[in-house]
Amino acid sequence: MTHDITTLSAAALADALVARDVSSVEATQAHLDRIAAVDGDVHAFLHVNQNAIAAAKAIDSRRAAGDDLGPLAGVPIAVKDVLCTQDMPTTSGSKILEGWVPPYDATPVAKLRRAGLVPLGKTNMDEFAMGSSTEFSAYGPTHNPWDLDRIPGGSGGGSAAAVAAFEAPLALGSDTGGSIRQPGAVTGTVGVKPTYGGVSRYGAIALASSLDQIGPVSRTVLDAALLHDVIGGHDPKDSTSLRQEWPSFAAAARDGLQADSLKGVRIGVVKELAGGDGFQAGVTQRFQETVALLESAGAVVVEIDAPSFAYAISAYYLILPAEASSNLAKFDSVRFGLRVTPDNGATVEDVMAATREAGFGPEVKRRIILGTYALSAGYYDAYYGSAQKVRTLVQRDFTAAFEQVDLLISPSAPTTAFKIGERIDDPLAMYLNDLTTIPANLAGVPGMSIPNGLAPEDSLPTGVQLMAPQREDARLYRVGAALERLLEQQWGAPLISRIPNLDAAQQSAAEEGVI
Amino acid sequence: MAKDALMDFDEAIERFEPVLGFEVHVELATATKMFSDAPNFFGGEPNTNVTPVDLGLPGSLPVVNEQAVRYSIQLGLALGCSIAESSRFARKNYFYPDNPKNYQISQFDEPIAFEGEVEVELADGTIFQVPIERAHMEEDAGKLTHVGGATGRIQGAEYSLVDYNRAGVPLVEIVTKPIVGAKERAPELGAAYVQVIRDLVRALGVSEARMERGNLRCDANISLRPWGQEKLGTRTETKNVNSFRAVERAIRYEIQRQAAILAAGGTITQETRHWHEDTGRTSAGRPKSDADDYRYFPEPDLLPVVPDPALIEELRASLPEAPVARRRRLKGEWGFADLEFQDVLNGGLLDEVQATIDAGAGPQAARKWWTGEISRVANAQDAAPGDLVSPQHVAEVIALVESGDLTDRLARQVLEGVIAGEGSPAQVVESRGLKVVSDLTAAVDEALAGQPDVLQKIRDGKVQAAGAIIGSVMKAMKGQADAARVRELVLERAQQQ
Repeated sequence: MTHDITTLSAAALADALVARDVSSVEATQAHLDRIAAVDGDVHAFLHVNQNAIAAAKAIDSRRAAGDDLGPLAGVPIAVKDVLCTQDMPTTSGSKILEGWVPPYDATPVAKLRRAGLVPLGKTNMDEFAMGSSTEFSAYGPTHNPWDLDRIPGGSGGGSAAAVAAFEAPLALGSDTGGSIRQPGAVTGTVGVKPTYGGVSRYGAIALASSLDQIGPVSRTVLDAALLHDVIGGHDPKDSTSLRQEWPSFAAAARDGLQADSLKGVRIGVVKELAGGDGFQAGVTQRFQETVALLESAGAVVVEIDAPSFAYAISAYYLILPAEASSNLAKFDSVRFGLRVTPDNGATVEDVMAATREAGFGPEVKRRIILGTYALSAGYYDAYYGSAQKVRTLVQRDFTAAFEQVDLLISPSAPTTAFKIGERIDDPLAMYLNDLTTIPANLAGVPGMSIPNGLAPEDSLPTGVQLMAPQREDARLYRVGAALERLLEQQWGAPLISRIPNLDAAQQSAAEEGVI
Repeated sequence: MAKDALMDFDEAIERFEPVLGFEVHVELATATKMFSDAPNFFGGEPNTNVTPVDLGLPGSLPVVNEQAVRYSIQLGLALGCSIAESSRFARKNYFYPDNPKNYQISQFDEPIAFEGEVEVELADGTIFQVPIERAHMEEDAGKLTHVGGATGRIQGAEYSLVDYNRAGVPLVEIVTKPIVGAKERAPELGAAYVQVIRDLVRALGVSEARMERGNLRCDANISLRPWGQEKLGTRTETKNVNSFRAVERAIRYEIQRQAAILAAGGTITQETRHWHEDTGRTSAGRPKSDADDYRYFPEPDLLPVVPDPALIEELRASLPEAPVARRRRLKGEWGFADLEFQDVLNGGLLDEVQATIDAGAGPQAARKWWTGEISRVANAQDAAPGDLVSPQHVAEVIALVESGDLTDRLARQVLEGVIAGEGSPAQVVESRGLKVVSDLTAAVDEALAGQPDVLQKIRDGKVQAAGAIIGSVMKAMKGQADAARVRELVLERAQQQ
């Protein structure tokens, strides 16, 4: 019975809560039970909220008292550990912040609490969101619920795996170069990177300020839209947050389910992101099938040339480390976090150096060094300056493309989930996994990943990415919901229903004496 | 500390041309900090006026203080600068524990104000135009206290404490271009320039501008070059020279020190230097080179500052008169002699004198009281004259003297009472029993009028004749008067009748 609750979509669970078929305490307990049962294998959570049941009780009381509650009130949610939570430790996956409890909530967290959602805990991630596999977490990797030997994507592998493994119906992620969308693709879940400035970054531990964006992780497009409605909007504490009224994304998703909603929608296939070197055959195959499916539903598909996209990844790996090297300078032991004092005559510089040496993992150090170099006098123009020019060109390519089409489409990631350990020593191979997602971050446009099948060669999920012009996030939800329904009609059931039964896996492992 | 070799100042100027440059930091008197809503109040319990932003906590983000932008525009306009249509913040990256994020948010290649000029008038009326390169906004750092060492410096300290109350206090940094042509007047010009900046920010009301409190901080760049050489010499930057007099002395010292080194065939090390008020010397700080790499890049957490052109025009229209022009005008209006006006300026009493005149006092009386008695008391109490008594009260005292209700001697007593916090001049007259003077004056005048022959004798210098008048006054007052005071008054009134 409890597992039935955990397999509900957030929208369906919200309906059940409104109808009082289930209480928030029951829903929360069911997910806590599920976490207890499977998270030993998945390791999606770094911290489980001890106050979750109390928060759920409070919502149930308010509902009983007839309070006017938001549409997702009482629904549990997992929160990526990059977001500050004043009642739970916030580490951003790093040893340097082990045990740090912020004195404030990040704005998206504060908003979801106000909307009555129940935080279940904090999810695992690559340290400071640097990575595409969650293997760079200082607290051990997260395992893909489709195949525990494989990575769940990154950096938000914890949030995606938690949602895929039914440990939470919803999660928050952060996306700097694909950290919501690529994990979505490899775990068969939905992930959205909103327009830059659509969701406040206040309280999100910065990786690269000009690229970071907080967004929803879910199993359905409508669920992502419902969550986006909760967390979006202007925040005076974030100067880069957009001052505008946003339409209801849930309404847009429901609108997409109207008959013929895809008719006449112009969709551009980005030539540079559609396949070729580095793309797994099964990924390309499923992508082409999805494009054909959209065409059959009345969409007009054209090929789009975006020549600068070829340089996007190079520009990204200069801009990101440059900003990160500065953003991460504050981790120096003086005011918070880890402090390591060397034995011999420690000056403050010695303490800072020893702390950073001990507290940061290899990928973080790699990027700090890269970024420091890229910003150095004499190299600034050649590296950071050139990268910013490429960024402008990428933005122009998007602008030109959106003069021709309503949406762009590409695979969400070039491959399905790879094996844990397979690319850990090959940063370049790891970086290439973000090839398809990075352009949207450079241009600030919104992007969404939707599951579009299993690759024939490995039976692992593949994802398709939709991208819309800035501020047109609603378009993603409208078309995304329509596409999701077309795919499910083909499959006869949501893709996630084909995920292996982790209970069974656990059972057999127990029989083998592994646990 | 080994003593530096110094060249005689006149000889130094004969051989080398001094070139000056100033970086003046002005703390803006906004209600909240540059990028957070913490109170802009330095002092109090350490680390209480802070938010997550001021502590650089993970996830926190800066938001630009609009009032600070307005103040900066006003200051830029008053410096004769152009205001940038769009200016941008940048990050200046360096690790130091008083710098909470280990980067300072400042403006780098796109300052809010640029290319200006300030008129500076020396004591003898000589006018210099000081070229301004830029004025830009930035945030202040926290304050370190080094504990356990003998000197309070970081060397030898056991540990250091940091107070972030000052972290994020809004600053405008005003940077001049190289200032040439001052020759032997370079030290004097330096002090006068900083004073003009002080007067200007006070007139604008954008800063308290108290140098002794660090609201206004001056770094002085000094270099020498042989006369006729175009290339600028290597400069030193003397930090935190925090009084006008110190600016003058530090420049003079550096000119003499550098000249001695250059004349001996040595080279000047590009470095920061510290000014020591007690010894009147500078000492070497940290070497500084143009290669210092702060890895500046545009601050991605903030949007460019794009002020509304209408706001700029509004602020331009409401600019107060430039300090030099104002001085020139007031000197003429008040009819002061050069030395009289210089007294007022040297005492920093221009505002006080003007306010006192505005309150009804005559210019000479206002000048006399402020530069005389009030300055004397202030000096004795080690206080600023303006903090002791208000111009309104000074004007009241002057009015009482002019109406004959107080003698100069009594007026000083009244002032003493006002300074002691006993109330307004009227209240002090009342409470100290000085009020009888008014009645007394009437009685004296009556007695004098009643005995015109005696009056004439007194006027003729027969002072002993006053006894008759004193007697009748004492009788009229029923003995309730001080005979000595009555005598004084009789003599005074006799001359005035």
